Amino acid sequence: MPAISFQSVSKTFASARGPLQALDQVSFDIEEGEFFGLLGPNGAGKTTLISILAGLSRPTSGHVKVMGSDVQSDYANARRQLGVVPQELVFDPFFNVREALRFQSGYFGVRHNDAWIDELLDSLGLADKAQANMRQLSGGMKRRVLVAQALVHKPRVIVLDEPTAGVDVELRQTLWQFIAKLNKQGHTVLLTTHYLEEAEALCGRIAMLKQGRVVALDRTSALLKSASSNVLRFKVDAELPKSLSDKARITGRIVQFPAHDAAEIEQYLAAVREAGLQAEDVEIRKADLEDVFLDVMAGEAR
Amino acid sequence: MTGWQALFYKEVLRFWKVSFQTVAAPVLTAVLYMLIFGHVLQGQVKVYEQVSYTAFLVPGLVMMSVLQNAFANSSSSLIQSKIMGNLVFVLLTPLSHWSWFFAYVGSSVTRGLAVGAGVFIVTSWFADLSFVAPVWILVFAVLGAAMLGALGLIAGLWAEKFDQMAAFQNFVIMPMTFLSGVFYSIHSLPAFWQQVSHLNPFFYMIDGFRYGFFGVSDVSPWLSVSIVGSALVVVSAVAIHLLRIGYKIRG
Repeated sequence: MPAISFQSVSKTFASARGPLQALDQVSFDIEEGEFFGLLGPNGAGKTTLISILAGLSRPTSGHVKVMGSDVQSDYANARRQLGVVPQELVFDPFFNVREALRFQSGYFGVRHNDAWIDELLDSLGLADKAQANMRQLSGGMKRRVLVAQALVHKPRVIVLDEPTAGVDVELRQTLWQFIAKLNKQGHTVLLTTHYLEEAEALCGRIAMLKQGRVVALDRTSALLKSASSNVLRFKVDAELPKSLSDKARITGRIVQFPAHDAAEIEQYLAAVREAGLQAEDVEIRKADLEDVFLDVMAGEAR
Repeated sequence: MTGWQALFYKEVLRFWKVSFQTVAAPVLTAVLYMLIFGHVLQGQVKVYEQVSYTAFLVPGLVMMSVLQNAFANSSSSLIQSKIMGNLVFVLLTPLSHWSWFFAYVGSSVTRGLAVGAGVFIVTSWFADLSFVAPVWILVFAVLGAAMLGALGLIAGLWAEKFDQMAAFQNFVIMPMTFLSGVFYSIHSLPAFWQQVSHLNPFFYMIDGFRYGFFGVSDVSPWLSVSIVGSALVVVSAVAIHLLRIGYKIRG
């Protein structure tokens, strides 16, 4: 039984400019114990898909199951298995950290949960903030409380929607260590993130969404292999001729060409020289998830 | 503690933590009404024989406070949670629409009765009151608070902005409470306005509540309790239906 099963999930929103198809027949399974990444540009439908999974939104058609329980017809069991860290930094200003966690625990019918709450506070570096009102916490601390709230009922499946957006390095480290530990203990993790190096480091399998459709779904290692294996990277002061710039990824002075072999790399460098330009700081590196992502989104891969 | 009890307790603690604003302030408002209307109208207006105007006013003010605060509790909690975004914490839980209903309405009843008790304790100082039928007093207070709590739930789900909520409060709740006979007996109104008042369920709440104190009322308490009870059932059914379909809270 998969931990999460998306079955032909579609979602259409009514908008001022007519119906907007946010998700189009999305189907895939996440097995128990997986660390799964869901990637895609803004507006690809990641958050819509997670909202449907969490019961915050309903699909126009299709089904979603969590540990075999349908998120609509058997929502109580589905939600008991699911811990969701929302993307927005929301909090209840009336309560302190411990109260917020106790209530959240209570909503799931879990009583006398202070031992686990203390463990969560410790693991997330919140132990000294237990009595602090939510309003007094910094953004990073509020984010940690959101994680604790999602885990307070010990869900089997953990969903993190952009948990590290706008978060400092220290918290990212703490958070990933903790999540990785939970994953090792058998929890399934579904992660959406904009930080592709995080996804590459953590996720065993990745799905990429584009305009509401799954455009890539494979093991992270397989996705990395599928891309052009190398990238030629250098800096240049002037503008490249159009014939070259069309094939390159340009970020300010930095130019990157996907290349399969040495001959291709030589060709690019020769073309730059012929254009009368000077390539500085030349390096050749292995393709990473960002290259795969851009390839897929450009519609070039497979 | 089952899920709905946790939500109920959270909702009670929410208003209790700011009780100066949610309990003490409405008590003060009611006392001001008492002082001003009681002073101006005492001796001028006689509604029932043997009942002074000030004594007549006390149950009206108590019930008005119960109703307004029961409404304010569920409606303001929901609209705040929606706008702050923290309603998501409840939306993510296995709590059913019944749990939501009982938690929000239960906490509204709690706040309504707390404020009502406060208003009663302070205003009863100004008048000699009798307690002919205490059970009716309790029945109307609880039913009225529950109906307004459920109405607040509907308003809280419906409103997307604070000004929509203010409009609901100012154009529906306030006129209905003020025109329900808090300050006067509807028998003193022209026939047409008496008829209109009879369409207002708030009138029956206050009339029945007052019967519990004085044993006299404009209509029979049995008629009042059946109308208030029916209104509660209708409003609750709408509120539970809206919660079940996730009206404006689940996309």
